[in-house]
Amino acid sequence: MSEVIPSNDNFTTSAGRQLLLFGLLAVAGIALLMIALSWATSLTSSTSGAVEGIDPATKTITLVLAEEPPQLNSTLATDQVSGMILGHLMEGLLRYDEHSQLTPGVAERWTIGEQEATFWLRDDARWSDGQAVTAHDFVFAWRTALDQANASEYAFILFPVKNAEAINNGKLPVEALGVTALDDRTLRVSLERPVAYFDKLVAFTTYFPIREDFYTATAGRYGADADTMIYNGPFALTRWVHGAHVRMEKNPYYWNSERVMIEVIDFPYVTTDPNASLNLFKDQKIAYTGLIEENLNEALVQRWHLHRFIDGSIFFMEFNHREGHPTANYHLRKAMQLALDPAELVYKVVKLPGYLPAESLFPIWLKGVEHNLRQEYPPPQVALDLQAAQRHLALAKEQLGVTELQPLVLLSGDNPLSNKQSEYYQATLKKRLGLDIRIDKQIFKQRLAKMTAGDFDMVLAGWGPDFDDPLTFGDLFASWNLNNRGRYANPELDAQVRIAQNSMDPRTRMDAFGEIQRILIEDAVVLMNYERGVVYVTDPRLKGLVRRAVGPDPDFTHVHIQEG
Amino acid sequence: MWRYTLRRLIQGVITVWFIATATFIAMHNVPGDPLSSDKAVSEEIRANLEAKYGLDRPVTQQYLIYVKNLLRGDFGISFTQKNREVNDIIREHFPVSATLGILAIVFAGLGGVLWGALTALYRNRLPDIVIMFLVILGISVPSFVFAALGQLALVNLNDLLGISLLPVAGWGTVWHMLVPSLVLGLGTMAYLTRLMRSSMLEIISSDFVRTARAKGLPATQIFTRHQLRNAILPVVTVLGPSIAAITTGGFVVEMVFAIPGLGRYFVQAVQQLDYTVIMGTTVFYGAFLVFMVIVVDLLYGWIDPRVRLE
Repeated sequence: MSEVIPSNDNFTTSAGRQLLLFGLLAVAGIALLMIALSWATSLTSSTSGAVEGIDPATKTITLVLAEEPPQLNSTLATDQVSGMILGHLMEGLLRYDEHSQLTPGVAERWTIGEQEATFWLRDDARWSDGQAVTAHDFVFAWRTALDQANASEYAFILFPVKNAEAINNGKLPVEALGVTALDDRTLRVSLERPVAYFDKLVAFTTYFPIREDFYTATAGRYGADADTMIYNGPFALTRWVHGAHVRMEKNPYYWNSERVMIEVIDFPYVTTDPNASLNLFKDQKIAYTGLIEENLNEALVQRWHLHRFIDGSIFFMEFNHREGHPTANYHLRKAMQLALDPAELVYKVVKLPGYLPAESLFPIWLKGVEHNLRQEYPPPQVALDLQAAQRHLALAKEQLGVTELQPLVLLSGDNPLSNKQSEYYQATLKKRLGLDIRIDKQIFKQRLAKMTAGDFDMVLAGWGPDFDDPLTFGDLFASWNLNNRGRYANPELDAQVRIAQNSMDPRTRMDAFGEIQRILIEDAVVLMNYERGVVYVTDPRLKGLVRRAVGPDPDFTHVHIQEG
Repeated sequence: MWRYTLRRLIQGVITVWFIATATFIAMHNVPGDPLSSDKAVSEEIRANLEAKYGLDRPVTQQYLIYVKNLLRGDFGISFTQKNREVNDIIREHFPVSATLGILAIVFAGLGGVLWGALTALYRNRLPDIVIMFLVILGISVPSFVFAALGQLALVNLNDLLGISLLPVAGWGTVWHMLVPSLVLGLGTMAYLTRLMRSSMLEIISSDFVRTARAKGLPATQIFTRHQLRNAILPVVTVLGPSIAAITTGGFVVEMVFAIPGLGRYFVQAVQQLDYTVIMGTTVFYGAFLVFMVIVVDLLYGWIDPRVRLE
């Protein structure tokens, strides 16, 4: 405004007063509007989770849920949140106890032979409507999981059961599945091959029971809402407002409900934002929060007691072994293995609390014959050796018939951690070996597509366990495994995997895993990065929280509130 | 008037169809595979999944099926939430986003008009300088910073008072809405304040205001009838797109305050390549935006009789 208007104080005062009046009217209007909106929303959904993180009077613990479970149909569940919630709501033939050991669940006792397994069900196992859990419920659930129409991504985990794979491929009808209910309380399973770890498999989500009459009555909506599910676990889902609120209450029909000391596990908040979770914890609205690197300082200032734990997943760099990729050359892989150091990566680059440098594909927590597998079979040590690395590199160039290698493509995710890792690889390999690395950064789905297509030389990958046996990692690089994205094929390794799969003798199996470990390291099939760690805090009154690498995690089944 | 409305509505339908088609084409050309997941699945399981979602048919056929379903108002079943319909997702979560959005736009609109009028009235004096400084801040700082700061302020406030005055996160009561909607509306409020201020200053020096003053009309009447009413027009113009922007742009605020709005599904669907949810939410939001623009245009004619709707 270039034109100068003579200001008139009288006008300004009077207009200002007018404006103030409008302002007050606006505030009143907003207040009215808010009341109206509040009333309107209370009709559709209400998340009144205003209670404290821990309420000893009602034995309630309140928590934040990182993500909404996509659905809670146990035959379809694939993600960790669904697994955690289903672990509280359901119970398989076996379950994990407070020490993360396998313990009888619906099955009271069992025998596992070479060709078949038999489970005897306890007579006091009940669904949340009071009906007995029978062997038929398992037969129905397993058939459903394998039914083609159901398109379950985890169907493969049932493949040790006789005819399961053929059924899932549509070659046999579901009725041909090798599982029968001899009577209401005896379940007979015919096996495709000897499966020493079958007891560990049946604790997995996909093996949970489903009651046929209830499932059919939901008309395809089983597990979509709280009222389209029925439970046989320690808790029952009493409320599920999508994206907003999940509430589990103690299931009075659970056979072991005496041991459940908490009444309600409430998740009135759903957010992936770690800062929001931290703020809720500071405000004492939740009893547990995970911490990210940036929040550790705050936690120390608050003098909270930090807990750390290894979540079971292992991360590595996978080479492409397909023909035509320079990484199919042993000496090139070996050169990189000798020029890189996981400890350096973890402690100087990644620098995340709780993370451990990985030495082997088999994480430190896996059990062997009697002790930990890694104690019984220490992995061959690989030390940084630049001279040897250079020698291998020269050999590689000779065998590949080149004087200078083309840049190698490193396929990577688009998150900060992947960035750090790929830059570490790029800088270190350039400095120590003069290798050029081209980083191919892709969104999650595209990275998977390229991994499947084999469109990479090296890729940052990881693996999380499904069941509590070394085989969950051990068969990863078998030539037939679809998750062997680099298509590594070694008859020697395949033979060891077959032994581990088919043998019933623990010692023979563990020896095989020891061999697999040796081959993976000596042949530089993958380069190990780290075992992922988690740092978290809990309300000091919350006792008995169980964290575990395999099975529902975190597990609140055994928690209790310490008063005073 | 009616003919104008009808014409605009027909244009709107064509626009929405165009949005739907463009999204369909873009989505099928985005790199990545919606059915891939962490663990590789066998050819057979993959074929089962493709059959379930109709991805085994040729793309042209998929498009025809999609348009046919769209006309019936059926967006299909989500890829990630395997037994939830996209219609359910929109029906359950849009009201939450809309509530938050309405409140934010009311904050922004009323705040913008009031602060803008105030700064114009006190131009180049202290209130003007202070408010305009805050406005620059409001325009330049993104909403996720305000969201995080707002939440931190709540925690510290509750800590200081020793009681839970306002909830830190969650949804359900009127108290849950206050801070998130303020945070969400802040940017728009700042923008509208600037718009209102300049518009107001233009009006103040216009001939009809001079005439009104010369006539000796009471100050309140000049201010309200001649100045405010005329200055508000540009604000109304941008209100329509702002409503859509606020309602769809609440993703970060929804995440920070754990609000079960549609924004979260919208953004996650894109990351997950959840075809049906992407299509459903995009078409829904597209239709919503087109509708809001039409409403504002009609409103414009009502506020300003000089505008003829022909």
